[in-house]
Amino acid sequence: MNFPEDLKYTKEHEWVRVDGDAVTIGITGYAQDQLGEIVFVELPEEGEEFGQGDVLGVVESVKSVSDIFSPLRCAIIAVNDPLIESPETINDDPYGEGWMIKAQAGDARELDNLLSAEEYAAYIREET
Amino acid sequence: MKRTPLYEIHQQLGARMVDFGGWELPVSYRGIREEHRAVRETVGLFDISHMGELILSGPAARSAVQFLTCNDLHKLKAGQCQYSALLTEQGTFVDDIIVYPLGDETILLCVNAGNTDKAEAWIKKHLTGGVKLYNESARWCQLALQGPLAQATLQPLVSIDLDQLRRFNFCETSVAGVSVLLSRTGYTGEDGFEIYGPAGDAPTLWETCLDAGTVEPCGLGARDTLRLEAALPLYGHEIDDTINPYEAGLAWIVKLEKGDFLGQAALKAIKSQALRRRLVGLKMQERAIPRQGYTVWDNDRQVGEVRSGTLSPTLDCGIATAYVESEAAAANNVFTVDIRGKKRKAGLVALPFVKKS
Repeated sequence: MNFPEDLKYTKEHEWVRVDGDAVTIGITGYAQDQLGEIVFVELPEEGEEFGQGDVLGVVESVKSVSDIFSPLRCAIIAVNDPLIESPETINDDPYGEGWMIKAQAGDARELDNLLSAEEYAAYIREET
Repeated sequence: MKRTPLYEIHQQLGARMVDFGGWELPVSYRGIREEHRAVRETVGLFDISHMGELILSGPAARSAVQFLTCNDLHKLKAGQCQYSALLTEQGTFVDDIIVYPLGDETILLCVNAGNTDKAEAWIKKHLTGGVKLYNESARWCQLALQGPLAQATLQPLVSIDLDQLRRFNFCETSVAGVSVLLSRTGYTGEDGFEIYGPAGDAPTLWETCLDAGTVEPCGLGARDTLRLEAALPLYGHEIDDTINPYEAGLAWIVKLEKGDFLGQAALKAIKSQALRRRLVGLKMQERAIPRQGYTVWDNDRQVGEVRSGTLSPTLDCGIATAYVESEAAAANNVFTVDIRGKKRKAGLVALPFVKKS
């Protein structure tokens, strides 16, 4: 499985697109594949603030519930509302239309702790 | 993990595999909701070879089964099978089973995969009258063909007239030259058949059924959403060794007057009192999915807990079975379910959630 090179990753299988001090967050192709068909998404509210590792939201498949963890300290700017009606978009296009959250980074240095595409791929290989 | 004889075929079909109680089985092929829809609208095929088959044999076999189970064999005509249960002395569930009297001295019990060893040990402990018990599970495969088109799909494959094989009846026949026990039973709430055959012939039976029409291979994921919509109990959820048949809504399988059986005394006592709690259906009124273990509330008071929950593919909303205090269930139509810290509204609904197509 290939992971886009221009993104950063977490061990909890989120991806992060960095744009200055703003970030876009979603879950990886690996995560959506593990979950199976996603039937339900819970997203945070605009303006909510989270610490690194806090639970931002939830993704549910028919059989399981998966927390989305905040990759960094941030404040929510926008969420992808169409996912509420069409959660399966995350399965179909996890890095594009399946984006979940846009946020303001609290501390840009925390981004340095995230994994590169290569490091994430290696991490998955170890896990499985 | 244990594998059924169809493991290679599941791999070839690109199934997503899962560890189900020590068995490596497909959770889905094309997708849970597509498979679910196929069974509700046309026909699907399941590999259920992990189920257990126990044979009781001997002149006292019928008496032994009468003693071990709560339903009444004497009510059965030749060719009829019966949903029943093995109960503890406290009247709680060891396992729910289907009983097939194969002859005067031979009775087949189909037991849950996860309970096969437990049921075998339980029966051995309480066996009477020189009856022999054989665990034949490894020798058998089992397929389930389920859906409104199941009969039309199967008819060209068998020589018997399927119009004559009614629900909860069975017969011995053959499919593609393989001798099978054909049972008009199922775990989906639709019409359908369960086919018991020799383990070695599983691939032949599977391919024959799959090629017989537009048959959807279906996995455990759809099996669970289908049975939950139909409100069929699952051991470890709606029934277990702390639950008696009355609170589970299964009074109809308990025949107290039939003569001595395991659990009878306890059940008589339970029946004589009001039920403290009972199994109810909940349908979410807010967009949220209830899950096993989530608590059920009547305003500020916890009155129960969810036993099974999912997003119903047919109803497109969350559904759950839950044990709720009888008084609360009688007094109230709307409850809340605590879903990860937030209380979401759920309405009390009659079971099953979805009726047969």
